[in-house]
Amino acid sequence: MTDPVLSVRDLKVDFLTGTRKRVSVVRGVDFEVYPNEILCIVGESGSGKSVTALAATGLLPENAEVRGSVRLNGTEVIGADTETLLRMRGREVGFVFQDPSTTLNPVVQVGKQMTEGQVWNGLLARRDAHARAVELLREVEVANPEVRASQYPHQFSGGMRQRAVIGMAMAGKPSLIIADEPTTALDVTVQAQVLDLLARRKQETGAPIILITHDLGVVAETADRVAVMYGGRIVETGPVDEIFRAPRHPYTAALLKSIPRLNTTDRRLDPIPGQPVTPANLPPGCPFEPRCRVGNGRPLCQSEEPPLKDTGAATLSACHYWDEIPPDDLPARPRPQATTTPEEQAPLLEIRDLKVHFQIRRGILQRVAAHVRAVDGVSLKLFPGETVSLVGESGCGKTTTGRTVMGLIPATGGDILFDGKSMRGLSFGGMRRTRRNLQYVFQDPFSSLNPVKTVEDIVAEPLHIHGIYDEVGGAKYIAELFDMVGLSPQMFGRFPNEFSGGQKQRVGIARALALKPRLLILDEPVAALDVSIQAQVLNLLDDLQRELGLTYLFIAHNLSVVRHISDRVAVMYLGRIVEEGTRDAIYDSPSHPYTQSLLSAAPIPDPVAGRRRKRIMLQGEVPDPSNPPKGCAFSPRCFRASERCHSEKPPFVHAPGSPTGVACFHAGPLDGAAPETEIPIKMEAGR
Amino acid sequence: MNSLRFMLRTIRGLMARPGPALSLLYLTVVVLAAALAEVLPIDPFSQDFVMMLEGPSAAHWFGADELGRDILARVIYGARTSLVTAAGAVAIAGAIGIPMGLVAGFFGGWRDAVLMRIVDVMMALPAILFAMALIAVFGRSQGAALLAVGLTGVPGFARIVRAQVLTLRRRDFVVAVEAFGGTSGYNMFRTILPNSWSQILVQVVVLSSVAILLEAALAFLGVGVPPPTPSWGEMLRTGKSYLYEAPYYAVLPGIALTLTILSFDTIGRGLARILENPRDVAAAGGPT
Repeated sequence: MTDPVLSVRDLKVDFLTGTRKRVSVVRGVDFEVYPNEILCIVGESGSGKSVTALAATGLLPENAEVRGSVRLNGTEVIGADTETLLRMRGREVGFVFQDPSTTLNPVVQVGKQMTEGQVWNGLLARRDAHARAVELLREVEVANPEVRASQYPHQFSGGMRQRAVIGMAMAGKPSLIIADEPTTALDVTVQAQVLDLLARRKQETGAPIILITHDLGVVAETADRVAVMYGGRIVETGPVDEIFRAPRHPYTAALLKSIPRLNTTDRRLDPIPGQPVTPANLPPGCPFEPRCRVGNGRPLCQSEEPPLKDTGAATLSACHYWDEIPPDDLPARPRPQATTTPEEQAPLLEIRDLKVHFQIRRGILQRVAAHVRAVDGVSLKLFPGETVSLVGESGCGKTTTGRTVMGLIPATGGDILFDGKSMRGLSFGGMRRTRRNLQYVFQDPFSSLNPVKTVEDIVAEPLHIHGIYDEVGGAKYIAELFDMVGLSPQMFGRFPNEFSGGQKQRVGIARALALKPRLLILDEPVAALDVSIQAQVLNLLDDLQRELGLTYLFIAHNLSVVRHISDRVAVMYLGRIVEEGTRDAIYDSPSHPYTQSLLSAAPIPDPVAGRRRKRIMLQGEVPDPSNPPKGCAFSPRCFRASERCHSEKPPFVHAPGSPTGVACFHAGPLDGAAPETEIPIKMEAGR
Repeated sequence: MNSLRFMLRTIRGLMARPGPALSLLYLTVVVLAAALAEVLPIDPFSQDFVMMLEGPSAAHWFGADELGRDILARVIYGARTSLVTAAGAVAIAGAIGIPMGLVAGFFGGWRDAVLMRIVDVMMALPAILFAMALIAVFGRSQGAALLAVGLTGVPGFARIVRAQVLTLRRRDFVVAVEAFGGTSGYNMFRTILPNSWSQILVQVVVLSSVAILLEAALAFLGVGVPPPTPSWGEMLRTGKSYLYEAPYYAVLPGIALTLTILSFDTIGRGLARILENPRDVAAAGGPT
């Protein structure tokens, strides 16, 4: 066997805060990385995954105390002097960070940034730097590299920036790449491009990659080996197929069960109870024990932390009872789609040709220089008791649509009818009365709760504003609401910062329910939550809908979550709905090329099926909405686009016999009679 | 309850650093002395002509002034003048500046433009000149000095609050209030304002020190509070005339003034550091 590139032995990292407190973030981690492989470190927030990677290259702040051994190409990293570390970072390790918009220095040309480390390390002559930058940009497949190299980061799109960062990481021909959540800030079609690029660059250079992520789909798509971290330790590690096929740690098994799937029949999610542990308060014994069903309170689990043991199947598991984990039995309890024929009912909410345009003003005189057509003709009906999802990538106008329905953004054109009555042109009082029937749940529970109010006051606030606090039963009613969302009324006097993300989102939901609305607009309600918490909140939403007969407008970019929760789905692209239909029709037989690409780009947490699946790799990114392409907005990226698409906007039609309504001249099943084309399409089998 | 907790936490944070802790201690003494001046066995007005411009003695620990009045007594009563001016000025500045900043930041557009140009004009006027002009109109009185100092503090409040509103305005919890039907007024005063107290507090402390200094400066120029009300600035002004006969005359009021300003500024700096880095409060006692 070849020597490992990186070998980590018993790595421990403590952070010293204040004078006395010592927080152990990484507590004894061992792993190796061999040439030409991708090791995924997967874990939730607080699991120590990022700190592990930073410690491996000596990049931790000064208040971190690192022990153990990290050998990179045979050189010990821990305790190495600054000079060694600098040389190592310049030549042997390349970094790709999460957010490409903050990794790049905004005032330095991209090409210069990509090579400055090399120049500084004396590996590259200054006069060759530009040529090398162009070469690097070409390697990461940035179009027109000669021009791009002299541009500044703000002239790059998000995906291109991340490509540049990858190029920068590879500039020194490093023997190891560490990528920390490299695609979390990117849209799903761009994520697919970037992951593909990383994998291909690895093939070409042979330099292994450590990829840190929380997304099991990304793991399944890219990893060769996986290390699952929990509470500062690796709890399970092994080859990707084996981990996903037969997880041998209860945490891995529970995690895989708790995530919504894109490719399986819908079922009720099986969430992991409780909260992820934080390094500051680890339980004695196994850190996962309080949430574990296999351990189930056994004394051995509560007293002794299990070491990583060989399970005989190429995987290692840190569980006393790894052989007792039940095989993954996906309960076949499909959540039925709403079966009522919608046409018979009157819609609760009807959006008619909604347009929201923003003006961009420029110059001293503040003249209107351009319009951003954030929403450009959206029509949608929501029938009582159903969940309709708006899906799309960032900038497609889904959130703007939601906020406009809520009356937070004025509409430019079209109409919004609630219960048959138009909401446009309502007086303040009329708007206020209508708003009691529809409420909004925000994406980020960290910013949607007023930090200076107690959670009781936060939930009661809408009632006070409408002057009905005493009428509905005061504190007793608030306690009922708390109960309904699974919070204890004992938490009344606490402030938002004392709650975890999932609990905060429950407070946000309780607040939205306070006025007894009939429609909830859910704007990415689980996107900011840890994977194991998402399932809890999704189940809660599911229960609430059934108990209270709520109608949901669900706004999301995560296709798996949408499949789980929706009855009908509308796919948006650049301000318009491009395809709309029942959930199963959209997922099983999409006919718009964008829907098809979106579905094929979404990573699925199943490595075997993932490799079998054919993928459409879309080129480019979502265009600037202030300067949309002529004709069909999707045409520049579309693999079916014809001359007509570039000049004429396709109308939204619901063809008879077709399961979905589509805005496309060439709609059709993916492998059917639709005109296949020579325009940018790259089909490839898995990776 | 929350605000009480916040205050306790803030004070604990201040006490954890030597500079602010000493300053807080000193200011407490000054405030107590000013508040309880009547209880003390001192009299700032009785004239003891025998002791005129005499140095420290058992009867007058810090000597007597040109009319034989006890200097220590006058410094203690002078603290009252300073503190009343500071409190009044802060109240006036806050009452005008905070709503100005809220409205300008919350609504933007023409309201913002108009209000902020007014603020710009106020900033452009030299404070002392502006105050003297006001006093020229209203005559010398405690009220005029207070109003003058207060008005010069308006721009500070307006700008701080406006900046705070701009950072909070688009936050989800403000939009949320809008979503369930809260009025703009509710949002400004019940949502944004409570989230701005820490910034406002820093400004209160800063303005207090500016106000005390300005009041002293006006008195020094002879346009402050009318005699015989004791004032540190006034004492410095008279003390200046007797520099050769009674060099110790101006020392005590000078020290009192300097220490007060220094204390306010030290506390202000301490507050700013604590509030911009809340973890400092949590880790109070540890090195930062």
